[in-house]
Amino acid sequence: MATTQYETHEHDVIIIGAGGAGLRAAVEAAAQGVSVGLICKSLLGKAHTVMAEGGIAAAMGNVYPEDNWRVHFRDTMRGGKMLNNWRMAQIHAQESPERVLELERWGALFDRTKDGRILQRDFGGHRYARLAHVGDRTGLEMIRTLQYHAIHQTIDVYMECTITRLLKDGERVCGAFGYWRNTGKFVVFKAKAIVLATGGMGKCWKFCTNSWEGTGDGVTLALDAGAELIDMECYQFHPTGMVWPVSVRGILVTEGVRGDGGTLKNSKGERFMFKYIPEFFKAETADTEAEADRWYEDKKNNRRTPDLLPRDEVARAINSEVKAGRGSPHGGVFLDIASRRPADYIRKRLPSMCHQFKELADVDITKEPMEVGPTAHYMNGGVRVDADTAGTAVPGLFAAGEVAGGLHGANRLGGNSLSDLVVFGRRAGLYAALYVKNLGGTVTVDAGQLEACAREALAPLERPGGENPYAIQTELQETMQALVGIIRTESELREAVVRIEQYKQRLQKVGVTGGREYNPGWHTALDLYALLTVSEAVARAALDRKESRGGHTRDDHPKPDPKLGAVNVVVRRRQGEMATALEAIPAMPADLKGLFEEKK
Amino acid sequence: MPTFTVRVFRGTAKGGDFQDYRVESDEGMVLLDVVHRVQATQANDLAVRWNCKAGKCGSCSAEVNGKPRLMCMTRMNLFQPDETITIAPIRTFPLIRDLVTDVSYNYEKAKQIPPLRLKPPEPDGTYRMMQDDIDRAQEFHKCIECFLCQTVCHVVRDHEENKKAFAGPRYFIKIAGLEMHPLDTLNRTPFYRDAAGVGLCNITKCCTEVCPEHIHITDNGIIPLKERMADEVDPIVWLLRKFRGGRKEPA
Ligand SMILES: Cc1cc2nc3c(=O)[nH]c(=O)nc-3n(C[C@H](O)[C@H](O)[C@H](O)COP(=O)(O)OP(=O)(O)OC[C@H]3O[C@@H](n4cnc5c(N)ncnc54)[C@H](O)[C@@H]3O)c2cc1C
Ligand code: SF4
Ligand code: SF4
Ligand code: FES
Repeated sequence: MATTQYETHEHDVIIIGAGGAGLRAAVEAAAQGVSVGLICKSLLGKAHTVMAEGGIAAAMGNVYPEDNWRVHFRDTMRGGKMLNNWRMAQIHAQESPERVLELERWGALFDRTKDGRILQRDFGGHRYARLAHVGDRTGLEMIRTLQYHAIHQTIDVYMECTITRLLKDGERVCGAFGYWRNTGKFVVFKAKAIVLATGGMGKCWKFCTNSWEGTGDGVTLALDAGAELIDMECYQFHPTGMVWPVSVRGILVTEGVRGDGGTLKNSKGERFMFKYIPEFFKAETADTEAEADRWYEDKKNNRRTPDLLPRDEVARAINSEVKAGRGSPHGGVFLDIASRRPADYIRKRLPSMCHQFKELADVDITKEPMEVGPTAHYMNGGVRVDADTAGTAVPGLFAAGEVAGGLHGANRLGGNSLSDLVVFGRRAGLYAALYVKNLGGTVTVDAGQLEACAREALAPLERPGGENPYAIQTELQETMQALVGIIRTESELREAVVRIEQYKQRLQKVGVTGGREYNPGWHTALDLYALLTVSEAVARAALDRKESRGGHTRDDHPKPDPKLGAVNVVVRRRQGEMATALEAIPAMPADLKGLFEEKK
Repeated sequence: MPTFTVRVFRGTAKGGDFQDYRVESDEGMVLLDVVHRVQATQANDLAVRWNCKAGKCGSCSAEVNGKPRLMCMTRMNLFQPDETITIAPIRTFPLIRDLVTDVSYNYEKAKQIPPLRLKPPEPDGTYRMMQDDIDRAQEFHKCIECFLCQTVCHVVRDHEENKKAFAGPRYFIKIAGLEMHPLDTLNRTPFYRDAAGVGLCNITKCCTEVCPEHIHITDNGIIPLKERMADEVDPIVWLLRKFRGGRKEPA
């Protein structure tokens, strides 16, 4: 039997990814009494979730009792330019308060209101102060809480283990194939259900907020297993990344800076966001500096500052200012909180921003403005899932967290990811466990599939002297940055598709030396397949959406097109080739529609 | 552009040696960038851990010119141009390859710590905590698990035999964080006295010195644990402490 050649582990449910979504899924599946394996590429506790800063969105109403799930739902849909899956947005808004309280019961210590409840902060696109947070290190609090909760449940953790392929038994999934990073030895996981919680794909771009892990593995695994992708063209560029020094370009500057009073200025000292208020948000956005400043203290009688428009709007505005020659010395704009808030307040609210700028750029943000510019940040789209169960089109395959699409539509609001992770992570774990309980029987894995996986993974090692994997990675990132960035046009997108095709050819010739033990060259070579696959999916989907909406802006189609606002671009693999299709988004029931008709 | 020589340990548990690489460094670069440049251009297989490149994940720990630190928070302007910079893996844990070590000791210690035992909620089913009462525990929650304090602590640095009954500074503050958590009701004194070995610490403060998060590991974490251990023969004192939560002890 082929499986005897490989180290093999068997579980009812395996969860690929140990960020917020994967950990929450594992905890829930374990609570259902099924056997759970949790797999991650890095050490436990190092996933992207650890880097999240600003907070987790939940309409708890601790600061503004007026807040409730309906307002949160409405903000999420409008932020997503109505492309969102309404049912996911509804579940998310309804369940996130309980998920936050649950984190508190598991030990999380969120910052407090004066009466001892969880404090909530302002963020872009949220009508009320809604983000539960811990200074600007909310993700760290969240992942540690989940991590320390999870290690006391019955969950087997497999760290520094990379999955390269999902295994199938007919239509359904039956396991996964991967390698230990330490030894390079192969490992097979047999499982009846699989939850993908692999996070995003920021590494496709040159300047991004993501770590080496963000190579789109989960999206690729799902696509190759027969699942569908949606909204891949709507990738989110965060408006405020560091721009200088070059070596730290792209590192995130949390939106919390603006939530806590920071404002964007151009080289002439103008608060330029007032010039970029789109029609869609006019009614709810302040049009004078005085009103915007009053809003921080009094939300009932003032409208929100345009500095906190949704991210797509702010990123485009910064882009335009820089293009018009009103940028900062290093090609960004200024973000100023120093002149607007006392130093003590800044240090208390934004300690890690203070630290990051001091250590990496020699800038004291309590005294001087920061220089910021857009950076590739978050996959708004992803694997298409059923709203209630997080199930994909492939039986037994579930997806949650950043890897899944639908909740955020064309643009995610800040804070809505951490809540997404726990709301849908829990659901994915639950429904994967229930699926297993209904399924019964055992799974078999096919020896031929394993052999193919092993051959494919070993190929780069058998071509010493082949192409340098880092060179292809760098070229791809440059191509994506230049041709599939914030502002796109047909000809450039076509050129990108052509180049990606060439990189795919070159990938066949990639070679590495140095053996199988903890060899980053080999790992990079293997990650390239996913990186190229998701890059291609973004470029192809972007060609199909001939309009501008949310994270997707077309220079040649600068306006939104209501017809395209009613469809998702769906990506599938058909006979090995990537195919796209426009498909209607699910229609919203009348009672929810009503929320968008009432005034303001 | 200044050119540096980085002397990087290359090898596995079976053996290895330092190897020199000449690398150019651009303005604003950190040591991790330089290591990545070596990896991308001269030694594709150079093993190094990293994730965030912003001092938030605690993956890139190494011993730089003998001092344990995060490579991503080590600016190159700290060094003289043409200086040779030595980068070695953190010493206290078994080597896997190059700069990567087997840190599973830490994960095992983490698992042994008795978790939070919640007190009953308020009548509305939720909890109240005052900011003053959580300040101290929040300080400990800043830990990014870089294990620099673990590698520098002399109790285990050259004493494999102590590892069995010594959790190390990272886990002392983890325990202290639970002990000072306003909602917790569990007494962990026997645990940290016996299994975690707080007694072996003789307050050299080396851990505090290397902590990139500037957590006052010894003053705010270990010393209070030692004090509690001393008076907690008396259950009333213990209860009072629990009641007071994380509020700073009066001087
Ligand atoms: C700097 C930064 C700041 C942010 N701030 C906020 C914020 O304030 N609020 C907010 O809501 N959101 C924020 N976000 C977004 C949010 O943090 C992420 O979207 C979210 O953490 C993703 O969580 P996840 O569980 O889906 O995946 P991740 O946390 O990315 O985890 C992915 C996991 O999958 C594993 N994995 C991936 N591929 C494989 C494979 N092939 N085999 C095995 N394992 C694999 C990885 O090892 C990892 O464990 C921020 C993001 C960044 C980068
Ligand atoms: S103070 Fe204690 S724990 Fe810290 S390094 Fe010294 S002996 Fe180790
Ligand atoms: S306490 Fe400080 S040095 Fe120790 S692991 Fe945590 S962050 Fe690192
Ligand atoms: S890479 Fe995250 S701390 Fe250095």
